[in-house]
Amino acid sequence: MNFEEHAAKPLLQAAGIAIPRGQLARSASEAEAAAAALGVPVVVKAQVPTGKRGKSGGIRAADDPRAAREAASAILGMEIAGHRVASVLVEERVQIATEYYAAVLNDAVSKGPLVMVSSDGGIDVEEIAASKPDRPRQAPVDILQGFDLAAARAMLGGLGLGSDEEPLAETLVALYRAYRDNDAELLEVNPLARLADGRLVALDCKFVLDDSGIQRRRDLASTGSPETLTTLEARGHNLGLRYIELDGDIGVFANGAGLTMTTMDVIAHHGGRPANFLEIGGAAYTKARPALELVLDNPKVNCLLVNFCGAFARTDVMTAGLLDAWEALKPTIPVFFSVRGTGSAEAQAMLRERLGVTPFETMDLAIVAAIGAARDARATQ
Amino acid sequence: MIVRGGERVLVQGITGKQGTYWTERMQAYGTRIVAGVNPKKAGTRHCGVPVYASASDAMRETGFDVSVLFIPPLGVKAAAQDAIEAGCARLVVLTEHVPVQDVMELLAMARANSAAIVGPNTAGLVTPGECFVGFMPAFEADVFRPGRVGVISRSGSLGTLICLNLAQAGFGQSAFIGIGGDPIVGTTTRDALQVLDADERTDAVVVIGEIGGTMEEDAAEYARDMAKPVVAFIAGAASPPDKKMGHAGAIVMGDKGTYASKRTALETAGVAVLDTPSEVGRAVRVALG
Repeated sequence: MNFEEHAAKPLLQAAGIAIPRGQLARSASEAEAAAAALGVPVVVKAQVPTGKRGKSGGIRAADDPRAAREAASAILGMEIAGHRVASVLVEERVQIATEYYAAVLNDAVSKGPLVMVSSDGGIDVEEIAASKPDRPRQAPVDILQGFDLAAARAMLGGLGLGSDEEPLAETLVALYRAYRDNDAELLEVNPLARLADGRLVALDCKFVLDDSGIQRRRDLASTGSPETLTTLEARGHNLGLRYIELDGDIGVFANGAGLTMTTMDVIAHHGGRPANFLEIGGAAYTKARPALELVLDNPKVNCLLVNFCGAFARTDVMTAGLLDAWEALKPTIPVFFSVRGTGSAEAQAMLRERLGVTPFETMDLAIVAAIGAARDARATQ
Repeated sequence: MIVRGGERVLVQGITGKQGTYWTERMQAYGTRIVAGVNPKKAGTRHCGVPVYASASDAMRETGFDVSVLFIPPLGVKAAAQDAIEAGCARLVVLTEHVPVQDVMELLAMARANSAAIVGPNTAGLVTPGECFVGFMPAFEADVFRPGRVGVISRSGSLGTLICLNLAQAGFGQSAFIGIGGDPIVGTTTRDALQVLDADERTDAVVVIGEIGGTMEEDAAEYARDMAKPVVAFIAGAASPPDKKMGHAGAIVMGDKGTYASKRTALETAGVAVLDTPSEVGRAVRVALG
């Protein structure tokens, strides 16, 4: 789960990392009042759970409350990377002397936390890595040992940081603590700025909460930004179904994440276009009716492909659920089946008896037939 | 990791609904379940075996070679620690949605104690004709039968389909290794490939990967120098970027974890990459000459 800057920064503060004084504003007049309360020149920053806000014009400087009002009214309502801006963070403007980059993340290669730091802050870390292959510096952490000042100093040694080295080392240790305390997948400060007055301050912060950590971080998750969902995807989410809307016309109804992805792949391989990802395996097959409604309510869908392959969920049970839903909803579009594995003989008998259809021998044959039906439907539209 | 028929298996969480259901099925298939763990039901018997308060107690009383965990997400770290501290050298962690930092901790504990972990978020292991550990339907004769093809999979459902297609083409399996669908897993594709490469009962390997992470690229490096043929299918070619496709690990971020990167790496290493799982039987036949 992603977090907006204003929701992420308090995690740093709680760990002892300084952040600029600031206030969240949801309207231009709130922004004006915030700037007046701060009483200094400010920056007005769009709050969206994505980077690249500066490049999109989502971050503006304002010298006085009136200018802050104007900046906020220009930024509010903007769309940045698919997110509409509903609030701005009004922060004191600081005098930056040097910019650093610091992050801690879950690293699949070392199977542990990875601390990263660079003296080239302020730009994308991908750009840093591309322009200077030895940067950022990376230190895999033994999660059972933790990350202490000695480890931080060792990591920073030789970078020529002078008097910044010790406060940077302390900041890295605090950042690691914040990462551990909040089930972070990623906690990144960019830039981490040394100000003209010598203080080290986190000017921006990106926090991604591990989705599997949400179950024990409910309070924290309530301040995060839920994934942007289409109307149908939101309906799926509320039903506890992983449904992703795609731009094709073949509705997909399959069990298991791997098999569902593969069904989409094989549709694309044979020249068709899937309309959705929908995983109906495990206990989710009991939701066959709302799930089928979800697939059918996508207006682009003009035929349905059902691909069941029984692992521990029986295909006859899944098929019975689907047939009940089908008979209740009485859709008029054609449907194509591939049903294999546990309980497939019973499922096939059921399909012949109740729907008068015979499943195809392989998923490829069912898919090719569905692609033909989708083509015919497009031709008659 | 391959579990052999005579090896002793401990079930942590044996008294739960899933634990009970799958323990009975594992026993019926021939898996040698020797004990279970549930601190609240220590001293009782369940599914015909003694239940202990901890894995350490089980190790002392009956001994065991492998532990399988039917434990809810937030209990997995402690249960795994219990098994590792008891001296268990191989753990199968089935649970989905274990917090990733917990996974990293339990993998570090395993490393420090030279224990191997399969999973989390896996359907488990099958050695057809001998035993299974987890919840793959090993007892389905259409899907699993003894043979000489090793299968490695990040997905249970897709693994089932591939094994079904192999069986239909006349190929049984030497072992099915479900490595799990999480972004960080104990046994990687490469680790499993190494095990099957060394396994005398395996003549060829089918790798079932998916988008996200770099495990397939890493496995390709190993496959390049293997004498045994390797065939692969990678799920997710048609998946949109930045969306988690059901499995927590199946997500393309930026240019990391793409289908193209995995396919190129595998093909460069001489691995036949399939467009559809239906081709697997033919591809294995061709690969074996």
